[in-house]
Amino acid sequence: MERALVVDGSVGRPRVVAARRRLLDETGVLVGLAVVLGIFGALIGPQFFRAANLELVARQTVIVCVAALGMTMVIVSGGIDLSVGSVVALSTVVTAVLLRGHGPAFAAIGALAAGAACGVVNGVLITQLRVVPFIVTLGTMLLVRGAAKGLADERRIEAPVTWLNSLLRTVRDGSGVLLPTGIWITVALAILVAFVLRYTRFGRHLFAIGSSERTARLCGVRIDRTKAAVYTLAGAFAALAGVMEFSKLSVGDPTVSIGLELDVIAAVIIGGGSLSGGKGSVIGTIAGAAIMAVIQIGCSQQGLPNWVQQIVTGSIIVGAVALDRLRS
Amino acid sequence: MAEPVARLEMRGISKAFGATLALDGVDLSVHGGEVCALVGQNGAGKSTLMAILAGAMRPDAGSMRLDGTPYLPRDPLAARQAGVAMIHQELSLAPHLTVMENIVLGVEPAHGSFGIVDRRRMRQTAERALSELGHADIAPEATVATLSPAAQQLVEIARAFAIGCRVLVLDEPTSCLTHADVRTLFDLINRLKAQQIAVVYISHFIEEVKQISDRVVVLRDGRHAGQGSTREMPSEAIVSLMVGRSVDDLYPRGPRSIGDAILTVDALQPGDATFTLRGGEVLGIAGLVGAGRTRLLRTIFGLAPVKAGRIQVAASTGPALPHERWQQSVGMLSEDRAGEGLARSLSIADNITLSRLAPFGPRGLVWPSRQRSAATRWIERLDIRCADARQPVAELSGGNQQKVAVARLLHHDVDVLMLDEPTKGIDVGSKAQIYRLIDEMVGAGKAVLLVSSYFPELLGVCDRIAVMSRGHLGPARDVAEWNEHSLLMEASGARAS
Repeated sequence: MERALVVDGSVGRPRVVAARRRLLDETGVLVGLAVVLGIFGALIGPQFFRAANLELVARQTVIVCVAALGMTMVIVSGGIDLSVGSVVALSTVVTAVLLRGHGPAFAAIGALAAGAACGVVNGVLITQLRVVPFIVTLGTMLLVRGAAKGLADERRIEAPVTWLNSLLRTVRDGSGVLLPTGIWITVALAILVAFVLRYTRFGRHLFAIGSSERTARLCGVRIDRTKAAVYTLAGAFAALAGVMEFSKLSVGDPTVSIGLELDVIAAVIIGGGSLSGGKGSVIGTIAGAAIMAVIQIGCSQQGLPNWVQQIVTGSIIVGAVALDRLRS
Repeated sequence: MAEPVARLEMRGISKAFGATLALDGVDLSVHGGEVCALVGQNGAGKSTLMAILAGAMRPDAGSMRLDGTPYLPRDPLAARQAGVAMIHQELSLAPHLTVMENIVLGVEPAHGSFGIVDRRRMRQTAERALSELGHADIAPEATVATLSPAAQQLVEIARAFAIGCRVLVLDEPTSCLTHADVRTLFDLINRLKAQQIAVVYISHFIEEVKQISDRVVVLRDGRHAGQGSTREMPSEAIVSLMVGRSVDDLYPRGPRSIGDAILTVDALQPGDATFTLRGGEVLGIAGLVGAGRTRLLRTIFGLAPVKAGRIQVAASTGPALPHERWQQSVGMLSEDRAGEGLARSLSIADNITLSRLAPFGPRGLVWPSRQRSAATRWIERLDIRCADARQPVAELSGGNQQKVAVARLLHHDVDVLMLDEPTKGIDVGSKAQIYRLIDEMVGAGKAVLLVSSYFPELLGVCDRIAVMSRGHLGPARDVAEWNEHSLLMEASGARAS
């Protein structure tokens, strides 16, 4: 054998490079958030960073964030849930209807149950009919929206004022500790979901299914059960976002949050999630949602019209994904 | 008598993929009106050679000529335009379009320059091509999806014919045809010969090659192993050329003691399989690609439905889902490493431990640090070259990826290892390591079911071998009763003819 063979060069790259790239993967979106904050800080001045303003950002983004926690898990598993906006609307209606005869806790739990039920329907249809999630949830998006309108008789539903209405009220009037209760709930849930994704078998299975469903099947992952569970959770999270939406509106409105699912998906994608599955993180998703909220608030405080805002947000979505492609 | 210029002439074609030299200075020439059979074992380089001919790959060295003029297609389209057409095992028709739309696909006749399709001329072209092939019976308006596989293949050949092909490559054309359809295809090939088209015919089936070809060219390990006129070469001679090599000292064999039956399969359909696998032995399943071996393994493992028959693992009987098989201590290594065997974007640690995360934390919890340290032990033990356990599997070389896939079975500590082509496409060093592992496993009393298309490996590693041919598994016989020759004869059905 005098012939020289081509040498295989794919022996593992040095540890340092691999570690540095992993760090970049996880923190890229945070850098993006810092850049966006920096730009508006420079344009508007230090008052942009006042506590009240940052709280405004948090309150603005909390509904998208809560729904996006569920969406992160769905997208990690390689799925998608387009019914989120409709579930939010249904949830506001259910909350308002239940508040008329019951206490606020009962109303909130009822709304969560309704959202989870929508998620069960999504999960069962996807796993049993073998229809792709995009189509199933496109269908349930209309279905649930219709159900919400039917339940509300196509009207806004007035409801008595309870503590539910103050979930997102600003702390400047003295309610809530440092931040509104709704934001604390969101922070707690974010930590919980991040923990689930990283430290539980369920979470590892979601990554496995999203990365390669066939491999997961070969390794004995119960795919149908896991998927049904993840859509159920996503439904419940969307319903919680709906309770918070109700808190802002103080009425049940079946026409609210049309198109919210796209903001939610955008938050996950900006945060490093991949629509082909196997990628996504809670930190990234929250930062993604925050980036969109900062742009929105920054633009309006800078006096920029809504259309500029939309163009900037659109460019960020495409840019974030393109950057991700370049890196890998 | 002056030698006429060959229709197709390939000279000194070489191609390397990473460390493997797939083709090493191969020559092939075919004359117009000649059927040249290209044969060789899996991995001999047939597909690579044809991919280069069809413009799907570029050679590292060598030259090609078509009717004496230099030919080096940039892409498959350029190859088609130059008159080189290829009919693959999997047909490449648009199933929802009609026969005539498929035949003119890409070269649609148009009115003027606005791209409005001239349907009348389209029909004429299609009808002419079909009738010249002697199959005017196929309606040009029929939707392709409604036709039988044989008729679809005809449409594909008609498409090649309609754009004026000079060289036609048929890659395993009979694998999805019935006996009668094969006759029709052979009649058609004889018609093409009469039209002075050069035909390259690739097949695993020696009896077909004997029947249809004028000349046989044998490839072995990426080299031209020999050729000759079909009439003057008996089947035995062709097989000998294909096998060629002597067995290296690659296969360790420690002391083995056969234990109790662990896996019993009885009249299982699909696969027509009956066998018993005992602890402490390696049972090999030989056969050619497409013989149904992968399907058999998948059926046993619960990835494909059982149509009939019985599977018994230790004490439990009946079909089971993959997660139940893992619980019964049966593990499977997929032949499709990239698509199924590994989740390529996940880390090495995740891939190794996915089937058994239980030891890494209480009640559904998984501590990644413990997961990583378990994986690191396997990385060291199997000498997997990587940055660390967190590196995505996609960044590893083929051999190291395969070691990760094997490590999963070791981590799970299964009693039955079902290995489907465990050494496919990996370097010799990794191969040797996998053979060593298999020997260690059976030495420790575990059972291995090994599917392979590479016969020397089966003969080196197995205790018993059964041959699968055209969806039927033959009886398992002691390895001493087999040699490469008899395996290949049995697998290619040459024995039957």
